[in-house]
Amino acid sequence: MVIGPVELWQLLARPRIGELLRNTVTLAAACMAATAALGVALAVLVERTDLPARRLWHGLLVAPLAVPAFVNGYAWVSLDRSVHGFAGAFGVVTLSYYPLVYLPVVAMLRRLDPALEESAWSLGHSRARTLRTVVLPQLRPALLGGALLVGLHLLAEFGALSLLRFPTFTTAIYDQYGSTFNGAAATAMAGVLVVLCLFLLLAELRLRGDRRYARVGRGAARESVPLALGPWRWPLVATTGAVVLLAVGVPAFSLVRWLVIGTSTQFPLADLAQALVTTVLLALAGAVVTTLAAVPVVWLAVRHRGWASTLIERSSYVANALPGIVVGLALVVASLRLVPVVYQTATLLVAAYAILFLPRAVVTVRAGLEQAPVGLDDVAHSLGVGPLATARRVTLPLIAPSLGAGAALVFLAISTELTATLMLSPIGTSTLATEFWSASSELRYGAAAPYALLLVLVSIPATVLLMRTDSSTDRRGTP
Amino acid sequence: MSSLTVTGVTKSFPSTGRGHAATRAVDDVTLHVPHGSFTTVLGPSGCGKTTLLRLIAGFLVPDSGSIAFGDTVVAGDGVRPMPPQTRRVGYVPQEGALFPHLDVAANIAFGLGREARESRGDDRVAEMLDLVELPADFRDRRPDELSGGQQQRVALARSLAPQPAVVLLDEPFSSLDAGLRGTTARAVRRALQASNTTGVLVTHDQNEALSLADEVAVMRAGRLVQSAPPSQVYLSPSDPQVAEFVGRAVVLPGTANAAHATCALGQVVLTEPTEGEVALMIRPEQVYVDLVHAEGVRGTVEEVSYYGHDCAVQVRLDDGTSVLSRMSGVLHPVAGDTVHLRVTGLVRAYRPAGSP
Repeated sequence: MVIGPVELWQLLARPRIGELLRNTVTLAAACMAATAALGVALAVLVERTDLPARRLWHGLLVAPLAVPAFVNGYAWVSLDRSVHGFAGAFGVVTLSYYPLVYLPVVAMLRRLDPALEESAWSLGHSRARTLRTVVLPQLRPALLGGALLVGLHLLAEFGALSLLRFPTFTTAIYDQYGSTFNGAAATAMAGVLVVLCLFLLLAELRLRGDRRYARVGRGAARESVPLALGPWRWPLVATTGAVVLLAVGVPAFSLVRWLVIGTSTQFPLADLAQALVTTVLLALAGAVVTTLAAVPVVWLAVRHRGWASTLIERSSYVANALPGIVVGLALVVASLRLVPVVYQTATLLVAAYAILFLPRAVVTVRAGLEQAPVGLDDVAHSLGVGPLATARRVTLPLIAPSLGAGAALVFLAISTELTATLMLSPIGTSTLATEFWSASSELRYGAAAPYALLLVLVSIPATVLLMRTDSSTDRRGTP
Repeated sequence: MSSLTVTGVTKSFPSTGRGHAATRAVDDVTLHVPHGSFTTVLGPSGCGKTTLLRLIAGFLVPDSGSIAFGDTVVAGDGVRPMPPQTRRVGYVPQEGALFPHLDVAANIAFGLGREARESRGDDRVAEMLDLVELPADFRDRRPDELSGGQQQRVALARSLAPQPAVVLLDEPFSSLDAGLRGTTARAVRRALQASNTTGVLVTHDQNEALSLADEVAVMRAGRLVQSAPPSQVYLSPSDPQVAEFVGRAVVLPGTANAAHATCALGQVVLTEPTEGEVALMIRPEQVYVDLVHAEGVRGTVEEVSYYGHDCAVQVRLDDGTSVLSRMSGVLHPVAGDTVHLRVTGLVRAYRPAGSP
């Protein structure tokens, strides 16, 4: 299967590849722009105006995160077959992903010192002008970071785009892999996808390096005086309501509708239970392996800083940008060549999960270990406690909560993972995601509904966790 | 409990970048802290005082020289350096560093044996809380329920519980606000005195160093430049830089003639006789401002900084020299007044560098 540059060029220089590239790039660009605009507008509306019931709106606006994009795609396409192609994909994906921009922008708005805005008003700037000249420029890092995240998610998105019949690299790789088993063509396309992802990842890293702390002074930030919307109040409430209706209401309605229709004919409780058990077991194994793998990475990065440990930590982040389809394909090829025994076993699937979700575990565990400064080890040593006992009595109890949180995040992410699971799960294994997929891609929408519902339920805790961490970064009221 | 002896200790750190020589953080330092006494190591940030403390604690190993607790050599002189966990040092870091997952009692009992911990070291914990002047019902509190000063007291209690040979305090009060700093420092000093513990405290705060210590060791660029009781360090610093570091100082050129010297402030009496050109170090409290009599050197008040309990008066002498005086805030001049200045008490004279 080794191919030279000439074959590679022949594989890539085809009209089909050009079309896929155009589709992927236009959809990514359009969705990044749309989610950015929607995310910022909603965040400013919720955080800086006198919109009624702001807390309620905040909860509702974050809710789409609990609906995996492929479930959202299923909900729309099963309601209305005309939702497809570029317009359908653009609409559904934007509604699924705008919280990725909305959440960091809200967090940033909460951290911004209102004194900056107050200074601008005292210098004679109007509220609107202050928003434009003082607040928006400071939102830039959060906004760009969120938009790039949308881009990365979009490049990896398989389920929703496949259901909405809009071919991109990811869906094409899967089709290629599934239908013709043409390894070389799929691998070549995966290469292009990786290049696109790395491009976004580099942009993200660059941005992260430039990031400055928003607040300079010390002390608790005060709440800024909300902008009075006046006559715009009710039209804006209606607009926000429409977004929530489209992003949460429609999928919920569709799901309930199919649930009613589907269960009226049959309710496969045994299948459902089996898929749930398999999913939980796989997710548990993946969560344990991934969290354990994160510990040495974090330990090196925090306690033994140096170029080598930084490189190890950073390289795990590259996986963050790798779509599940690429990791899946790479593991298929590598396992067939190197260790054919593990091909189509749960071991390989768990390995894929570990690669895909290591960054999430690393981020969480790292935050925990940073709460356990080396100074505490020094104190323990000075009190006559040796290194091993210190690890047991001081470090472990301190990082235990973050190990738990990291494992929980990975567990939830695995439960709703679709692409790598489809490619790598052992024959005969059924998980929530694979069962949902086989039903919905065969247009058995009613049969897919209970799985979709379970997938949404599994996603809710992760969403709540994400909402909490993002809103706790404002540290309001603590000295 | 024992004395602490540091002999000729040197510690270098490898250079951080190309073209930088290795930095000598601690350079040939010799220091003796008698049993049960309290020494403060005073120096500006980056002078190597924290490194010295970490060498004593055993977190770092000296390149040369030796460290001994009583008669026991713990590092240097061909002895295998003892790891910190066997040195019996009490270590109180800057932020207290209480174990956040343990309550006050468990923190204090952390360094005690297993049996003592399992009975939650009840007697010892109560004794320690009493020693650092905290109420006994604090034992069940979590570190985040304590104020900064209370955390520092618990950290001290924790370090004292296993009866260490020496207690080392690394700028323990620097993160506290001004009011808390004074009371916490006093309480810590009393606790150390009551338990008759040898203590070393590192600080960059002159007031803290002078007011707490039996002896002050002044460090500069890795070297120990003076080690003496507080009043001696203040009134008879080893050189003019030390003088200016431990407090405000008026340094004037003068000519010495045996026990006296002449300078812009007239004739002054020297601490010890000398001859020739000297630099005279006069503390602002020694400059007496006479508002009534025309006795002494005449000058014009340029600026008055009023603090309430006292005030600082900047005076321009008729010959152009500018001199600072510190006087009671009860009766003070205003800018533009004509005053007369006299020097009270003994004045320390420094021969210029290189002269015999």
